[in-house]
Amino acid sequence: MVEVTLWGSLGAAAGGKNKVEIEAKDIRELFRKLAEQYPGLEPLIDRGIAVAIDGTIYRDTWSKELPEGSEIFLLPRLAGG
Amino acid sequence: MNFDPRFSGRKFTSVGTRPIRPDGVDKVTGRARYGADFNMAGQLVGRVLRSPHAHAKIRKIDTSKAEKLPGVKAVITAADLPDLTDGDAAMYDVLDNCMARGKALYDGHAVAAVAAVDARTARQALKLIEVDYELLPHVTDVDEAMKHSAPLINDAIFTEGLEEKPVKPSNVTKRSQFGHGDVHQGFGHADFIVERSFKTEQTHQGYIEPHACVASVSSDGTADLWVCTQGHFVYRQHCAQLLGMEASKLRVTSSEIGGGFGGKTHVWAEPVALALSRKAGRPVKLVMTRDEVFRASGPTSATSVDVRIGARKDGTITAAEATLRYSCGPYAGSWAEIGAMTAFACYRLDNVKTVGYEVLVNRPKTAAYRAPSAPMAAFAVESAVDELAKEVGMDPVEFRIRNAAQEGTRSSYGPVYGPIGIGPTLEAAKSHPHMKAPLGKNQGRGMACGFWFNFGGQTCTDLNIGMDGSVSLAVGTVDVGGSRASLSLVAAEELGIAYEQVKAIVADTSSLGYNDMTDGSRGTFSSSMATISAARNAIKILRERAAQMWDISVDDVVWENGHAIAKGEKHGNLGRLSLKEIAVASGKTGGPIAGHSELVADGAGVSFATHICDIEVDPETGATRVLRYTVVQDAGKAVHPTYVEGQYQGGAAQGIGWALNEEYIYGKDGRLQNPGFLDYRIPVCSDLPMIDTQILEIPNPNHPYGVRGVGETSIVPPLAAIANAVSNAAGVRMTHIPMSPPRILAAIEAKRAG
Repeated sequence: MVEVTLWGSLGAAAGGKNKVEIEAKDIRELFRKLAEQYPGLEPLIDRGIAVAIDGTIYRDTWSKELPEGSEIFLLPRLAGG
Repeated sequence: MNFDPRFSGRKFTSVGTRPIRPDGVDKVTGRARYGADFNMAGQLVGRVLRSPHAHAKIRKIDTSKAEKLPGVKAVITAADLPDLTDGDAAMYDVLDNCMARGKALYDGHAVAAVAAVDARTARQALKLIEVDYELLPHVTDVDEAMKHSAPLINDAIFTEGLEEKPVKPSNVTKRSQFGHGDVHQGFGHADFIVERSFKTEQTHQGYIEPHACVASVSSDGTADLWVCTQGHFVYRQHCAQLLGMEASKLRVTSSEIGGGFGGKTHVWAEPVALALSRKAGRPVKLVMTRDEVFRASGPTSATSVDVRIGARKDGTITAAEATLRYSCGPYAGSWAEIGAMTAFACYRLDNVKTVGYEVLVNRPKTAAYRAPSAPMAAFAVESAVDELAKEVGMDPVEFRIRNAAQEGTRSSYGPVYGPIGIGPTLEAAKSHPHMKAPLGKNQGRGMACGFWFNFGGQTCTDLNIGMDGSVSLAVGTVDVGGSRASLSLVAAEELGIAYEQVKAIVADTSSLGYNDMTDGSRGTFSSSMATISAARNAIKILRERAAQMWDISVDDVVWENGHAIAKGEKHGNLGRLSLKEIAVASGKTGGPIAGHSELVADGAGVSFATHICDIEVDPETGATRVLRYTVVQDAGKAVHPTYVEGQYQGGAAQGIGWALNEEYIYGKDGRLQNPGFLDYRIPVCSDLPMIDTQILEIPNPNHPYGVRGVGETSIVPPLAAIANAVSNAAGVRMTHIPMSPPRILAAIEAKRAG
């Protein structure tokens, strides 16, 4: 079980919650279960969400494991120049 | 992928040296081929007809006269680019931006295009296209566009991110919010509060090379595209999607690039050139004029930002909040969201809140510009921080050091930081001789900090060892700032050979697996990771071949300093084998030797910088002169320090132009008044001092060499550093970028008038 923090606007799509607990071993499972439990998040996940694990931002490594007790933070997927 | 990206703390031989750049001779002799330098047999000239109106319904387009003009081979409108985006709203916006569909949304919006045998005929043909417009009210100012009375640009847009679903459409496409703690409570603990509003005008990346491409679509459905881009694989995906092609049938080759800075991460002319070529049955070259580049490509957001920061008497910030409004052009974007994330990222804050609003205006579609959105937020925040330091009575550097984020700090955008460099850049600035240099009359000094995320992405690399022992490195990230040199250094480092033995190229889209574009300061970060991985895979094969040559077990062969060495006493009589010796023998030991890598380079380390600037202001005219400029930035590890310094200097130079002169000026008619370098003034050499640089190296724990991206952070602090310098020199707080002479003079005169 990991605790996931949603950035301010994302929380609105998850029924106003800014923290949710999810049983997930990696980013792929996290996104799948988030979409199942909070359907409002699905279009945002499809559009692109990054995951910060203990401060390191992952955009595409969906196989990245979510260590027990780590800080999981969802962020918008960023554009760069 | 079986690759360990963790920082290893190794000693370097090649990395960190400064060899001569491999593309230098071709670039200074004119041999290098940029977007417009490519030609094909039978090629036609493409030209685009653009809307002269800021907002207009397109009632009818009659192309019949143009089509009859001798020499015209194809005329296209939106009808020739049908909507194949299948509900992908972002791609639909790209399609609409390439060719207006029903409405022209800004001055310069493409409405039709022609391909003709020469430029003169193409221009004549454009004049023969009749467009029946119904003019609509327009809005170009970000604050005006937010008003309820503003003309609606898209009545299908309802603001996202509100607690209650809106019932009326709006020009505000999205509200986003970040932060933690309780700012109301935090301000209650403040002894001093600074509250100010700031504006920044829209600027263009100002790349010297305009957008240019040559497209050739064959009758069998295959196509080639030669193009100036920051990401040819992304261009292939987007063009293929918009034209209904299989991506594998479209080969895209990237040219040399005369600047991109985020502006060449989006397709504009390329789908149009392909559609023209498909219709004409001949290759089509399409090169934007400078007027078109300004009117129809690339600009960054115009912004309006309110900032409020409070601090105790001891200089500790107790609360910080900002409201940021960013223009997106006529299509939805996430530019204010990024500004809201970066605004306070340099600081350790218990109570922070930022709110961003994305605002539609009748201007060109906003594009990324080097750390997009961060410079404007930093301008507002760092100006207020400077003012607050003065209120508290602290030196501005000391004030920032006191409040700087550090490892373990919860960032203002959410996650907790790992090892970061904001503190060290501030300490380096504090002890830099620049900070102690004397100032003269009408001169002021300013400093500011900046933050950028950096990111990685999908990356694919091939490393091929020739029969003579030379090494070809094929990468898929476009070289926008020296990556061919830095990646050659990395390959040389891993293989243990000389830099001169490695030649790096940017491969076309049919020669390598998919690569994300070169943006987010990812070029060297990502492709160096893939190069290290590819080199290690090649070394594995080199060891196997050496084992064959010696007829011993591969387990007894190690790779050291460019040589295979047989370890253990039983092999004591064997000499070492060089990479070249193994390569020469490769035909008899199993054939070519190569290493391949495909990976997602994630874990890019965040980056911080501190800039110092001295400015002289003429109080009679408001004219400014930059006297001295210093950049201190964390690079993680500078692979090729000269290129890193170049990135630092380039960001500062662009920031100086943005801060002091550059500005999109629209008339009341919604038309851009200054679409050219005569009236849109980027800095030239005589406007700039020598920009001093100091590279700090705080290793990124998620890269084998500790590399962080360096390309974008350098443009984040300049607007604020220069604003603080000008404000100190003129004795009045400047709140509107650019600080052009009329604005400075008006501020001075307003102060004189009391």
